[in-house]
Amino acid sequence: MATIKLTINNQPRTLDVEPDMPLLWAIRDVVGLTGTKFGCGIAQCGACTVHLDGSPVRSCSVPVSAVSGQKITTIEGLSKNADHPVQKAWIAHQVPQCGYCQSGQIMSAVALLKTTPKPTDSDIDNAMQGNICRCGTYTRVREAIHTASAEMNTANKLPKNGAKVGKR
Amino acid sequence: MNTNETLSANRRDFLKLLGLTGAALVVGISSANAEVFGGPVSGLLNINADPVGMALTPYIIIDKTGKVTLMNSQPDMGQGTHQSIPALMAEELGLSLDKVTILQTGGEKAFGGQVSGGSSSVRGNYMTLRKVGASAREMLVTAASQQWNVPANECTVADARVHHKASNRSIGYGDLVETASKLTAPTSPKLKESKDFTILGKATMRPEVPAKSSGKAVFGIDVKVPGMLYASVERSPVIGSKLVSFDDTKTKQVKGVRQVLKASRVLEKNRYDGVAVVADTYWAALKGRRALAVTWDHQGLDKFNTPAYEQHLHELAKQDGLVDHSAGDFAKALADAPTKLEAFYETPMVSHSPMEPMNCVVHWPTDTSVEIWASSQGATIIKENMVAEFKLKADDVKVNITFNGGGFGRRLFQDFVLEAAHIAKAVGKPVKVIWTREDDTQLGPFRPMTFSAFRAGLGADGMPLAFQHKVISPSIEATLGSPHKTGTVDKTMTEGISEQKYEIPNVDNRYVFAELPVPTGYWRAVTSTTLAFAHECFIDEMAHKAGKDPLDYRLAMMTKASDAKRVLTKLREVSKWDKPLPAGWGRGVAQYEFFAGLAGHVVEVSKQKDGSVKVEKVICVIDLGTVVNPDMVRAQTEGAIAMAITAATKPGITFENGAAQQANFDTNPMLRINEMPVVEVHILAEGGPVIKGVGEPGLPPVAPALANAIFMATGKRVRRLPMDLSKLA
Ligand code: FES
Ligand code: FES
Repeated sequence: MATIKLTINNQPRTLDVEPDMPLLWAIRDVVGLTGTKFGCGIAQCGACTVHLDGSPVRSCSVPVSAVSGQKITTIEGLSKNADHPVQKAWIAHQVPQCGYCQSGQIMSAVALLKTTPKPTDSDIDNAMQGNICRCGTYTRVREAIHTASAEMNTANKLPKNGAKVGKR
Repeated sequence: MNTNETLSANRRDFLKLLGLTGAALVVGISSANAEVFGGPVSGLLNINADPVGMALTPYIIIDKTGKVTLMNSQPDMGQGTHQSIPALMAEELGLSLDKVTILQTGGEKAFGGQVSGGSSSVRGNYMTLRKVGASAREMLVTAASQQWNVPANECTVADARVHHKASNRSIGYGDLVETASKLTAPTSPKLKESKDFTILGKATMRPEVPAKSSGKAVFGIDVKVPGMLYASVERSPVIGSKLVSFDDTKTKQVKGVRQVLKASRVLEKNRYDGVAVVADTYWAALKGRRALAVTWDHQGLDKFNTPAYEQHLHELAKQDGLVDHSAGDFAKALADAPTKLEAFYETPMVSHSPMEPMNCVVHWPTDTSVEIWASSQGATIIKENMVAEFKLKADDVKVNITFNGGGFGRRLFQDFVLEAAHIAKAVGKPVKVIWTREDDTQLGPFRPMTFSAFRAGLGADGMPLAFQHKVISPSIEATLGSPHKTGTVDKTMTEGISEQKYEIPNVDNRYVFAELPVPTGYWRAVTSTTLAFAHECFIDEMAHKAGKDPLDYRLAMMTKASDAKRVLTKLREVSKWDKPLPAGWGRGVAQYEFFAGLAGHVVEVSKQKDGSVKVEKVICVIDLGTVVNPDMVRAQTEGAIAMAITAATKPGITFENGAAQQANFDTNPMLRINEMPVVEVHILAEGGPVIKGVGEPGLPPVAPALANAIFMATGKRVRRLPMDLSKLA
């Protein structure tokens, strides 16, 4: 066992875990945040995507000891009431079917929009290729990303005090 | 519905559970929760809190403040039953779905068969649950009209209140429920007219979508109960091997490992051995499992290889087989026909691979009572299986159904529940068993392959005089341990081939049974997913042989009015069939009618410079009659198309020395976003009150329409799935 300190969703945590435990299982079973999902365990499906210092990583393939001292954001840290612009777009387009892959899809989409505020279809293909959706919600994932992008870009142009949309 | 008598007992049981053999209207007054929910078993952790209030029927519970709880009897696996089933009652009750609590039933008798499968949830419940809602509405209206002393027919309902316009009065359901619950439920309540619908037939937002967009929706794998341990099970990659011995010395050295024990996976009539490692964390259980040394006796099952088996199916194809359906005199008509053609089609086994791997939490408070939390398509099946396996009373089995992270037929089989139940019973503590993706991919049950041999004779005008589709395949049920009855056709394995609306005078469809040593199961759209490929490609071959347009050829075989004819006619229009395509493009058509419903697709493909073929667009017409949520119909059809393209173009499952050669998504790839074509879904809802399935019909026509499009674009006729799109142009 080892003591690992890290920050999850802006909350400092001290975990008493095996150092080789994948971050995924530390988040789910030890911290108790179950929005991040297990799909493959080998960085092939993206269901376990979280942000590590802002960048998307596959938490199933990162040992918890490797992220000691770092900042993790999970789907639960994105917003309180599912009102991040990406989540709002997801709801507007009714993207989820079974919903199991969607935390990962949303975390990948948020990361994409951070680096590429106005993604083209091929930007979306590149960024979202690592996220499998067995229910086949891809058409809607694509549409929702475009919608979120439009909303976030409009929101950014608004004067600060009026920027309701896009605020976290 | 296929009601042929040769449907085996197992399959019939499934259909009964699906509510397609005639469901009785369950409207009773029950104000006691115990009566509605069976005997109390354990209150350890109930993710579905017991509803509060009084039950007007087991399905509708209203508390004094007017808060309404609707019971959803059909597990939600992404097909939208969390909305579509309560919507049937909410419509009649004048409720808005975002204001009600929806709870999932757990196999209690009062709710009949609680199984999602066969595209049957809405079909099986549409009238029944509308009547349940209407009956409750009439009880509430009666209560109000008696209180006001006005005629009941002057009262209306809206927003969970009864209104009396003439006297400008209204009263909430909460104030009426006590009186209403004492009334006798009307058995033939008046249903709303469809023109007055506010929910049904409208594209409504599904209430669970925000939870599914924020990590808050609870799936089986998310359930945690106090004192719970975790388990991972080592099973032979050769399915069916007997456990000889295991050495757990190294396993026991892994920190957190508590116990190692023999496990038993009960898949229908098959029992498979395993070794379970139980630990404080899942990670410890997994590490402990990897440290096991297990000796298996493969009992000859390791001799199974896919190429040899396919050769065997080719040999079997020489047999006459048994008649599935015949009309006229096929042999004579074929002999006399001026033009003859024949072809042989092959399809692979594939995995279900729902994104949530199999998992289950089980707790035994006593030796004779048990509580289960599972992502499962069938609460009722779990209950029945647990009663049979452990000799329990039904009321002592408490089942909690969570959202299913995909199902596709895999979660109709409760092997993962029974295995977890055995482990938890032996351990004496609540246990969560999680399968790895590798377990999930390699251990089945798989979609079986079907091979198809065709012969046809065309007249001088090119139209068919004689047609034969001979299916050579294993039987799903035989692989699940119910031996195939010699001399009978397994109708599940010839699904739909004799139901197409083509008017061909002489037909001789046949079936040849093949043994298969690995378990197979119902996969989304069952056997139609493979048979439609063969059937509709061969019809295309006939059209080309006749020198006719493939869509017009199909229509020419349908002189009588039929749903299939309407679908093809509509498809011709919406696909702009006559509009020329860019150079290097091709389009293909297919339709398939089977137990779940009917759809037809046009697929457009293009040849790429690198020698590959790109699936550009899929245009679908789905025939439904009555629609509950058109947006969900579109979503299900988009998903069905993605799943069908995966099955048609990705490697599938093959066996070497008895073990599946694919294990995870690297070797068993799924369609990804960059491979998703543009999809257009057209809903034909002019079939009147007939209700057809939504979840499955979008699959079968995809593979044949795609292969037919590839033929047009490249001149290459694909007769074997999977097709490798990278090498076709
Ligand atoms: S579970 Fe991590 S990528 Fe699949
Ligand atoms: S919504 Fe089911 S896997 Fe994506």
